[in-house]
Amino acid sequence: MQIIKDRKIVEDNWLHLDDEAADLVLGDVTVTLERWQAEHESLLKHDGSLGIRLSGDDPIEEMVPDLDKFKLIVLIFPAFTDGRCYSFARLLRDRYDYKGEIRAQGDILHDQLFYMTQCGINSFEMANSHRLVEAMAAFDDFSESYQTTVLKPDPLYRRR
Amino acid sequence: MYQYDNYDQAMVDQRVAQYRDQTRRFLAGELTEEQFRPLRLMNGLYVQIHAPMLRVAIPYGLMSSRQVRKIADISRRYDKGYVHFTTRTNFQLNWPALETVPDILAELASVQMHAIQSSGNCIRNTTSDQLAGINANEIEDPRPWCEIIRQWSTFHPEFAYLPRKFKIAVIGGKEDRAATKLHDIGLHLVKNNEGEVGFEVLVGGGLGRTPILGQQIRPFLEKKDLLSYLEAILRVYNRLGRRDNKYKARIKITVREHGINHIRELVEAEWVHIREQLELDDKEIERVKKHFTEPDYDGTASDDESFEKMQAEDADFAAWVKQNIVEHKVAGYKAAYISLKSPTAPPGDVSAEQLDIIADLADEFSLGEVRSTHNQNLLLSDVKQGDLYALWCQLKSNNLATANINTLTDMICCPGLDFCGLANATSIPLAKEITDRFDDLDYLYDLGDIKIKMSGCMNGCAHQSVGHIGILGVDKKGEEWYQFTLGGSSEEDASLGQRLGRAIPKDKVLETVETLIDVFKDLRHDDELFLSTVRRVGVDPFKERVYADN
Repeated sequence: MQIIKDRKIVEDNWLHLDDEAADLVLGDVTVTLERWQAEHESLLKHDGSLGIRLSGDDPIEEMVPDLDKFKLIVLIFPAFTDGRCYSFARLLRDRYDYKGEIRAQGDILHDQLFYMTQCGINSFEMANSHRLVEAMAAFDDFSESYQTTVLKPDPLYRRR
Repeated sequence: MYQYDNYDQAMVDQRVAQYRDQTRRFLAGELTEEQFRPLRLMNGLYVQIHAPMLRVAIPYGLMSSRQVRKIADISRRYDKGYVHFTTRTNFQLNWPALETVPDILAELASVQMHAIQSSGNCIRNTTSDQLAGINANEIEDPRPWCEIIRQWSTFHPEFAYLPRKFKIAVIGGKEDRAATKLHDIGLHLVKNNEGEVGFEVLVGGGLGRTPILGQQIRPFLEKKDLLSYLEAILRVYNRLGRRDNKYKARIKITVREHGINHIRELVEAEWVHIREQLELDDKEIERVKKHFTEPDYDGTASDDESFEKMQAEDADFAAWVKQNIVEHKVAGYKAAYISLKSPTAPPGDVSAEQLDIIADLADEFSLGEVRSTHNQNLLLSDVKQGDLYALWCQLKSNNLATANINTLTDMICCPGLDFCGLANATSIPLAKEITDRFDDLDYLYDLGDIKIKMSGCMNGCAHQSVGHIGILGVDKKGEEWYQFTLGGSSEEDASLGQRLGRAIPKDKVLETVETLIDVFKDLRHDDELFLSTVRRVGVDPFKERVYADN
């Protein structure tokens, strides 16, 4: 499928494995935190890149020691009104210094892309994938932010 | 007052463009009602019974005369020629057309105003004390801090989709005219033992279905740490606040369920990490403070003798002075309340023509500024005593000199069933009944300060649970009934009212208020205030008399 990554529309080949899917497939796969915790030894032997899927309920602090195992962290937005993962993204970037891809997945309005980007999310797997071109415009909704953000670690008041 | 620079202006202008496009997409069918809803809410637009309602932010209640004229102009061109001021010092347009809202927002942006985050589950407009900067009892002017918070909270990328709305109020001293204990975060400027000024931080206050008073999370916070501490509280709340039940989603419930001590531990642990990154430097504090410097007051203002003379000559003027004028820290200056609780309009409403006049009067008599208050009135903050009579004459001839501040008819009242989609019961017509019954001003003055707060439903927009007399409309099998509470307060002695007894039918509400006042008169010691009497004798004597007949 097509996703937005680093402000470009790209073809994406990650496979998001259900917990029920018994066997690992070839290629790049993501798993839930639960599965990672249960099967991390076998997962580490997987031939391909690993990613993890997190929702707002997951205790992200617990997986900090494992962060370097993942090329991708998928943050799940079950509803566009559920803002917990905005804080997760900031913590992953600011506090835990995660440099890999952070992807938003689920119920995402393209009007949220600007805020998500400020929080450190750099790819977007949107339900309305046919409107990706239109959604890209939202990255430029605002030319500045008052706050400390992942993109501009100094708040505006230190720059004005 | 604060003036936008290019950064501030660009953000507001870009917001208008963004919302214009969102509205276009909604009208073109590209956004569903459900998808459009949070977007319009974050721009202050509700959909009510009759029409959309647009709530516009007035940051900490401060307006220039130019902005007041613009508000009047907008209400004439896009609405029905009047606006409604709210308890959080914002104003509302009750009849704008959804498709014209982007134009209204563009008009507002042209005078450095906006409707950003005036609704939705985000950080709302920061409120303050209407006497900020002119009150001799304050430790420091809270307004620069409000502006610093306004900027930090505007478009905060992490906190746009909180579990529920989030309100912050800041006051400059002990006196609380901003109901800070009923806010998600209340900030009090305080002095510590070393004589340094900082903030006492309260968290977890709120009204609505479950009224709770805020609790102290930190007794003293250094000013430079303000934003990092706020950010730490918000981050803890964003992660921990309940999202399964919107009636349990406010931070007051988070604090109640986890306990203030646990919340404090979490906040402090978070704060350690971000303290340095968000530290406010002196340069920024000074930059903002420069917008709130003291004006050039006239040192000869107190030489005037006409103020005393005119009070002696004109009893109506004297009554207005006694009720609507408050002291100013500078000798010879006063602050004058313009009551928006006249008998002829719903509480908080003011017409476009009146707004134009108020703007002119502000220019002529009060340094060109107007303030809106938590009690839904307006204030001219810097009037020379020698100008008060001339000001009063003009206010009077425009039906703006109702001398009832803090009296029983200075009610807080929500729009109720007449406008609001959530309400179970009417409130405005009952407010009118009460106002008509208590129209004898001398009688009102004898009764002293009595705060009636009346809401048309459990959401409690009129803060009935902290009214000296609280009245809450409830629906009983399709009929409107009213639940009374007594003894609440939103001020420095904040308390929640106690229930009087079972609900009262609509046609007995006025009679019940009269009975409560009669009991008060019987039990009152000398000039004792209503709230003091209730606190001294409890609700029982009131209850006995109100329910005596049945």
